[in-house]
Amino acid sequence: MTCRPHLPVAENGQPIENSSRRSLLSGLWLTLGGLVLAEIVWLVGSFLKPFKSDRGANAVPVTIDAGPADRFAPKTVTAFPRGRFYLVCLADGGFLALSRRCTHLGCTVPWDAEKGQFACPCHASIFDIRGDVIHSPAPRALDIFAVSIENNRVKVNISQPIRRSTFQNHQVVYP
Amino acid sequence: MPIDEDAWTVSVNSIIARVIMKDTFKAICRCEWGLFPPRLSGKRPNTMPQTLPVMRRIWRSIFPAPMRPTTPSDRRRFLRRNLILHFRPATVNERTLKFTLSWGMGGMAATLILLQLATGMLLKFVYVPTAGDAYASIQTLVTDVPFGRLVRNLHHWCANLLVPITLLHMLRVFFTGAFHGVRQFNWIIGLMLIVLVLAANLTGYLLPYDQLAYWAVTVIAGMLAFIPGVGGTLQQAFGIDSAAGSGSLAFFYSLHTAVVPILMVVLMAFHFWRIRKAGGLVDPPAGMAPEDEMPKRIAVVPHLLAREASLALLLTTVVLLFSIVVDAPFTAPANPGLSPNPVRAPWYFAGLQELLLHLHPALAVSVVPLAVAIFLVCIPYLSYPRTTEGVWFASASGKVQSMIAATATVLVIPVLVLVDARIVKALPWRMPPLLRDGVLPLSLLSILIVGLTWTLRKRFRADLNETVQSLFVALVSAMLVLTLVGMFFRGAFMQLAWPV
Repeated sequence: MTCRPHLPVAENGQPIENSSRRSLLSGLWLTLGGLVLAEIVWLVGSFLKPFKSDRGANAVPVTIDAGPADRFAPKTVTAFPRGRFYLVCLADGGFLALSRRCTHLGCTVPWDAEKGQFACPCHASIFDIRGDVIHSPAPRALDIFAVSIENNRVKVNISQPIRRSTFQNHQVVYP
Repeated sequence: MPIDEDAWTVSVNSIIARVIMKDTFKAICRCEWGLFPPRLSGKRPNTMPQTLPVMRRIWRSIFPAPMRPTTPSDRRRFLRRNLILHFRPATVNERTLKFTLSWGMGGMAATLILLQLATGMLLKFVYVPTAGDAYASIQTLVTDVPFGRLVRNLHHWCANLLVPITLLHMLRVFFTGAFHGVRQFNWIIGLMLIVLVLAANLTGYLLPYDQLAYWAVTVIAGMLAFIPGVGGTLQQAFGIDSAAGSGSLAFFYSLHTAVVPILMVVLMAFHFWRIRKAGGLVDPPAGMAPEDEMPKRIAVVPHLLAREASLALLLTTVVLLFSIVVDAPFTAPANPGLSPNPVRAPWYFAGLQELLLHLHPALAVSVVPLAVAIFLVCIPYLSYPRTTEGVWFASASGKVQSMIAATATVLVIPVLVLVDARIVKALPWRMPPLLRDGVLPLSLLSILIVGLTWTLRKRFRADLNETVQSLFVALVSAMLVLTLVGMFFRGAFMQLAWPV
């Protein structure tokens, strides 16, 4: 049960030096082992990747018609659960579609109408009506969705949330 | 060109020798009850008189050693002939049997894990791991399955008890210096087991797919995204995105019911075997112990075994009684549109949640865990001036220093929490979040840690053993305070509030 290698011995009793061949072979073995390991890692990785998330089942239309622009009073926030956003009508009548997803770790932020702010129930972040952070840990303002106003109807494109660090005036859309 | 067979053999052998750890291999070859069972006192152990009744012969073929050993040699044979018991040493130092050395923490953890395996196997037959059916299957379990509620309660409360028991076990091991010398690597195995216990708890409370589960997955997915460099890829690879669905449930289910338990059982065996190799529990080395009594070796069967079995039975009774009386929580079904207010992590993660409330997420998921992990892994491998094996708190002075470190931490952390939540987080002027919530608090913490170390070194002439111990105490107390704050001092919207 020993694993001592039987070294080839020359006639004079000295071991034959064939270290270059030996190191080549062990190098080959190591390379092969590395390849096998890489294959296994790749295999495990492909197994971890799930069957695509069940988004197809409850697919939502890409553009949501929020209704006529004059239905929303200034300084109000309306929730659109199907589109996962809040439609904000600012004091000057401009529109902003805020994602309801907290930019910290993704909880849904409810609108607190009394205090006029969005407060995250998970990690105490607070956002103002424009989505700006007024109490961290959230690292940036709430994401927005593209708003367009056609024929006096507010339409929100929810295909892709737009990341932003803070509120800027050009993000607001006016009727 | 013909291949030189000798060269092949040599290279194969050298690889094998490299791959298989030398010690392990030797141990298996040499181990007298390993590959080649010895002939005990000249007799073949398995030969038995052909005149015995059939049932008795079958019994003896399964359990060759006498079930009720009476002589010392029979007892040793009993231990060595038993797959599970042979992880234990045959004899241990009599002093290590004292309950107040180990507090039975390791044994209790092992008992709880066995209970978890048993109850978990039962639950696996009823639970359905899809987003649509998971919640309903738990309802069925609780209402329709005989003793379903009890089994679920047991699984839940054992999991909750396992966390403090393993952590206390780690504290005991640390404070008795049971990480020096041969026990170095066993500390690392223990750390891995703690990580596995926490992973088992985390993946477990996601499975009912209630509100707690849903928002925990959401938060974890959010945390993954902040890991620098690989965050986004990792989040996609694990299939947990903002919309926690069947994909992520299946992922956590396989982790919880296969990966974590199998790794845990393997590591537990490794953990026990290393204790055996270290000759049992930690004991002061010769010269440090009182000289009047020579350490006496004493047979594990029955002395240690009886103590362990009675503690295991007692613990099982306690958790069983508790599970009969108190039901495991089961919140409303997952609702992506409405986070509960406040969203509280289970109590054992309340400290981590509190940390996330204060630190910038990019640092809270990378720098902080990395620093803590490096500190914990390095503990056994630092070059200490002396071994503290079997000496509680390293020394009398070490005990005083630990108390000072703990007191300082318990006083400072709540102040920091209050200042951060009330003043720093609501600063009216703009500052990059990474600076305000990341660099600033971490720099302050580093200054405090260095200050504590420097003070103890100056005032008490602390050596490395005592310094590391004070830092460890500070870390544990900080986590404890944060956990208490998170559990009791957070109200609606996770704002600071007095407990009601």
